[in-house]
Amino acid sequence: MLRELFNKLSDPIISFPLVTIGFYLMLKHYKTFGSKKFAYWTVAILIPVTAWFLSDHNFFSIISTPDNIPIIILLVCVAFFTWFALHKAALNDTRIEEGLGPIEATPENREKVWSWPNLVYTELFAMIACTAFLVVWAIVFKAPLEESANPTWAPNPAKAPWYFLGLQEMLVYFDPWMAGVVLPGLIVAGLIAIPYIDTNPKGNGYFTLKERAMAITAFLYGWLVLWVYLIIVGVFLRGPNWTFYGPFEYWDFHKVVASFNVNLSEIIWIKTLGIGLPKNLVVREIFGIILSLAYIVIIPPWFAKATRVGRNLFKDVGAIRYYIFMFLILMTMSLPIKMILRWLFSLKYIVALPEWELNL
Amino acid sequence: MNLDSKQSLNRREFFSYITVGWVMFSASVGGLLSLCFRFTYPNVNFEPEMEFLAGAPTDYPSGVDERWKNLYGVWMVKQEGKLIALSNICTHLGCIPNWLPAELKFKCPCHGSGYYMSGINFEGPTPRPLERFKIGLQPDGKIKVDKTKVFRWEKGEWDSPDSFLEV
Repeated sequence: MLRELFNKLSDPIISFPLVTIGFYLMLKHYKTFGSKKFAYWTVAILIPVTAWFLSDHNFFSIISTPDNIPIIILLVCVAFFTWFALHKAALNDTRIEEGLGPIEATPENREKVWSWPNLVYTELFAMIACTAFLVVWAIVFKAPLEESANPTWAPNPAKAPWYFLGLQEMLVYFDPWMAGVVLPGLIVAGLIAIPYIDTNPKGNGYFTLKERAMAITAFLYGWLVLWVYLIIVGVFLRGPNWTFYGPFEYWDFHKVVASFNVNLSEIIWIKTLGIGLPKNLVVREIFGIILSLAYIVIIPPWFAKATRVGRNLFKDVGAIRYYIFMFLILMTMSLPIKMILRWLFSLKYIVALPEWELNL
Repeated sequence: MNLDSKQSLNRREFFSYITVGWVMFSASVGGLLSLCFRFTYPNVNFEPEMEFLAGAPTDYPSGVDERWKNLYGVWMVKQEGKLIALSNICTHLGCIPNWLPAELKFKCPCHGSGYYMSGINFEGPTPRPLERFKIGLQPDGKIKVDKTKVFRWEKGEWDSPDSFLEV
């Protein structure tokens, strides 16, 4: 019964809103989340829950695949460091409210030490520990080699390396040009652009959330919800034919999920107006083109004028930084928007021009 | 003119030396790049043949026939009096879909795109139907499939008489 419930809850249609709400609660109540008491209780609850999860045969077989070991390490690390950063931020923010300044700025923490031997020794030990860990790993878990490549056959499910599974999950909702070229390019370009867009010196050298609420929220949403969560979905919850399977569900090759996806043009011209698709390509897709352009062109100036957050941001960073930042945010948000449209309306593409290899 | 300036280069000599130097440098870099470019082309190509003979139209039962899938990447589909040669490359990102006889659809294992038996896309992210190959009858009654010529639905090419066989 409980397993059925977990299977249902982990379906992206339900788990994505849950994760988003959880993310919001985590940042809103970060002082509770970042307390040691919360961490101890979470670990205390998670140990029996994990044991119960592992007792399930299907779950164990997914978790223990050699390919999936790094993801478990990743998840533990991500959880710990997210908590650690919020823990430190909570401490500092309390101190800053009391007028004490961040803990990193106290005289005993500003003391300078030599990089030799203090840093180099640490690096040496880290290097040796990493090497030993990798050697043990390589001995314990065999490399998952498969049969030789065959251009006319694909394994089912065909999964990318684990670190690309977020991208592969994005590809379920986008045209390959968008999810394979434009969006990854923007991720890289956006990460490079962060120091040029974000010139606010607050938070340099010390943990804080309150002083950098928007920057941290924007980054962590993209990282935790749109990247790590999608990797989890891609690794653990996608089975044969890229169908969704719950964590306790057997990967039955014949599981059928009825779905029929339609383009926005078909919804408007055929279903709503009832007159069939126009012959002219641009007329056919005009609504999608207008919507997409409006999304990119109208929202940033409107946001800068109409909302307090937008006005302050525009004033603080200037026009060019503001528009680049908003463009990156809008492109980021296009992923959850398209996911939700797919789930709610079976929408395939907002603009569908396969004749020009252009689908949004 | 003192001794020092005689031993050093004058302006004209300097420019001739630097020109020679630049030409040699550009030529060697260009040669290296052309080698790299050549390296991107394989010496041996194991791709399947682009043309093949596929027997007589009567060899195929109604429905999807997978006998050429592994060798040439082609499904032969006999449906509604037509025999077509369907490409087995997903139009989303180029994976190889599977034919699911129970569900009567092609389903891609990479991102879940689905196609009807005719090749028309209906689920998943795929933006357009599977491509069809040129198919024709030889004078001796054998089918010849030519993969160099593809017919795309969204361009209205599936009406072309070369894209199917009447059976």
